[in-house]
Amino acid sequence: MYKMLIVLAHTYWTKVKSKTFMFTTLMMAFFMVLFLNLDNIIEFFDGDASEQVYDVLILDESGDLYEPLAAEIEGGDAQIMTNEASQADEEDAEAAVMEGPYDAYLQVAGEDEDIEGHFYAPTVNETFLPSQLESGLQNVRETRVADDLDIDEEDLAALDESVAFQQSALDDTARSEAELNQARLFVNILLFIIYFSVLFLGNMIASEVATEKSSRVMELLISSASPVQQMFGKIFGVGLIGLTQYSLIFLIALVSFAQFVDVEAEADEMLGEQQDMFALGEPVFSLELFLYAFLFFILGYLLYATLAAMLGSIVTRIEDVGQAVGPMNMLVILAFMISIFSMGNPASPIVTITSYIPFFTPMIMFLRVGMGEATVWEVLLAVGVMVVTIVLLTLIAARVYRGGVLLYNHARTWKSLKQALLLARKNG
Amino acid sequence: MALRIENVTKRFGKKIAVDQLSMLVEPGEMFGMLGANGAGKTTTFRMMIGLFEPNDGEVTWDGQAPQSLSARTIGYLPEERGLYPKLKVMEQMIYLGRLRGLSKKEVMAEVNMWLERFNIPHYRKAKVENLSKGNQQKVQFIAAVLHRPDLLILDEPFSGLDPINVDLLKTAVKELRDGGTTIVFSSHDMEHVESLCENLCIMDEGTPVVHGKLKDIKRTYEKRKLHVRADFPIDFLEHIDGVLDMTVGAQETTIDIRDEGVAEAIFASLQDQGGYVRHFSVEEPTLHDIFVEKVGRSYV
Repeated sequence: MYKMLIVLAHTYWTKVKSKTFMFTTLMMAFFMVLFLNLDNIIEFFDGDASEQVYDVLILDESGDLYEPLAAEIEGGDAQIMTNEASQADEEDAEAAVMEGPYDAYLQVAGEDEDIEGHFYAPTVNETFLPSQLESGLQNVRETRVADDLDIDEEDLAALDESVAFQQSALDDTARSEAELNQARLFVNILLFIIYFSVLFLGNMIASEVATEKSSRVMELLISSASPVQQMFGKIFGVGLIGLTQYSLIFLIALVSFAQFVDVEAEADEMLGEQQDMFALGEPVFSLELFLYAFLFFILGYLLYATLAAMLGSIVTRIEDVGQAVGPMNMLVILAFMISIFSMGNPASPIVTITSYIPFFTPMIMFLRVGMGEATVWEVLLAVGVMVVTIVLLTLIAARVYRGGVLLYNHARTWKSLKQALLLARKNG
Repeated sequence: MALRIENVTKRFGKKIAVDQLSMLVEPGEMFGMLGANGAGKTTTFRMMIGLFEPNDGEVTWDGQAPQSLSARTIGYLPEERGLYPKLKVMEQMIYLGRLRGLSKKEVMAEVNMWLERFNIPHYRKAKVENLSKGNQQKVQFIAAVLHRPDLLILDEPFSGLDPINVDLLKTAVKELRDGGTTIVFSSHDMEHVESLCENLCIMDEGTPVVHGKLKDIKRTYEKRKLHVRADFPIDFLEHIDGVLDMTVGAQETTIDIRDEGVAEAIFASLQDQGGYVRHFSVEEPTLHDIFVEKVGRSYV
């Protein structure tokens, strides 16, 4: 145990003190800050579409649409100026837009329910202006039709009003809407953390082990600490490096966030799709979910880290690490894909089945837990399967590690794996 | 506290790396292992440090298997460089030393002492990859001895070093032996073994072909080489009893003889000729000769 701590401390400090670590952490923090302030930055360069002032030419072919339409549009929130163009003079209008001061022109025609509009602008890839004009025209049409049918404004408002609609789940384990939103946020965060951890830290472990092997320090170390002590020293050391990096990035992001941005106003926007959770007014923090997330993160890390250590010990040169960990990266990408695409349909059979496959469990079972689709015994079963797999993998990895570190040929990965196991068995 | 290897066999698949090896290294002695590449020296060493377990037989130090010994008992210098290229010398030593059970302070004192001795105290903070091969080997040596092991195993400690560094290391090794450390080392170079060891073992394809005290081995080996330079033809010597082979060179004739007594007979018959003999010498057998004789082929 004490020796494992020495290996752990050594792995941790040499990495954390390295320039590479500082650099990647700062880079990631920089991108994090950039990402969090993305809309401010875009706005800085471009300005918000809704705050711009537009000038629109309206070509009224019916003769009586301009007045009410102009009133609708200019009375709205957006800053849109309207001007009436002389009738049926499309060419002039076009020239006024292309060369003159106008941003676009709108051609309107028809009576009552036949009212129609056509929007012309140099480009039609922006959505804000046409949607404003469309809703203005829509209002005009509604008023006209209502007048024809003798419906007064109150009735019209009543017609428009949306129905009150709420969802409640009857199943005990099912989540409430608010919980579900929070769960989605959690699942998203955990997915990304596991995904990045495996990709970065897994590769780090594999190349650490490969370095140890290619420098042949193994032969010295192995006579003073057992392979299992060394392997777990490395695994936990690298795990701590990851946690340090995450906390640093989080801290830097938080500080910059608090400093440059009005926190409360921006919080919703930053979370993008997740803002519903806050919008619901009663943000729920589920400790249970948080603990599940932690459990699955630890299990997932251990599983993939042991796998990475095993793969790292069968390659001879650091250049081969990428090739060896390739299949492992594919596994985690696959798990990531399944979870992302199943977020809206967590009860589908593919999710249920894959949630028991240990390499997918940390992401997919957590998705099911988060969405309230898994019962306690199902979670326990999956966790059990994972723990057994981790133990098995550790045993195999320790053997491969022991045998693999003495293997210095350039054979292909699978052949090496076989040889390493053989060497370990002959040894044991 | 002796290193005992009894009937040890180590196989890798179908290949037999070490076959029925038995040897005893007494405490405080310096033992040499000789053999060509692939003779089984490194495999034997790896069994001594507990990296491999023998398929048959037993390796013990002080009656205990290497795996159950404390990390401070054995020091090992591997054949190829085994250091972290990117780490500084002192950092590296502290890590290795602490894994052996030393405190940071102990390691630093010991390592400073050795660096001074090897005239490289300024490399304390240098990265290993920036050191010359000779200096890397010195650092590697320090890594093997910094915990003052009872049993020191050196796999090819002198290969690739210049004569000055070889002497520096040899002196250090001798001192350790005088201080009571039991040392086993291997070498390609017969001379190193001859100059350092009382006991030795020559291995060939996993089996010991010669084994015992250097003096005894040389004594029991009776063949000699005779070098003669004379001003007259000496072909007639071929017919003297006990002459095994004769090579006539431009300057000198080399004669392989059965034992030292034959040299006397040759000397007498040369005197009978009455001519002038400029050079007459009997060469002590070298380990190389013995090896060739035992294995039936040249060593290197």
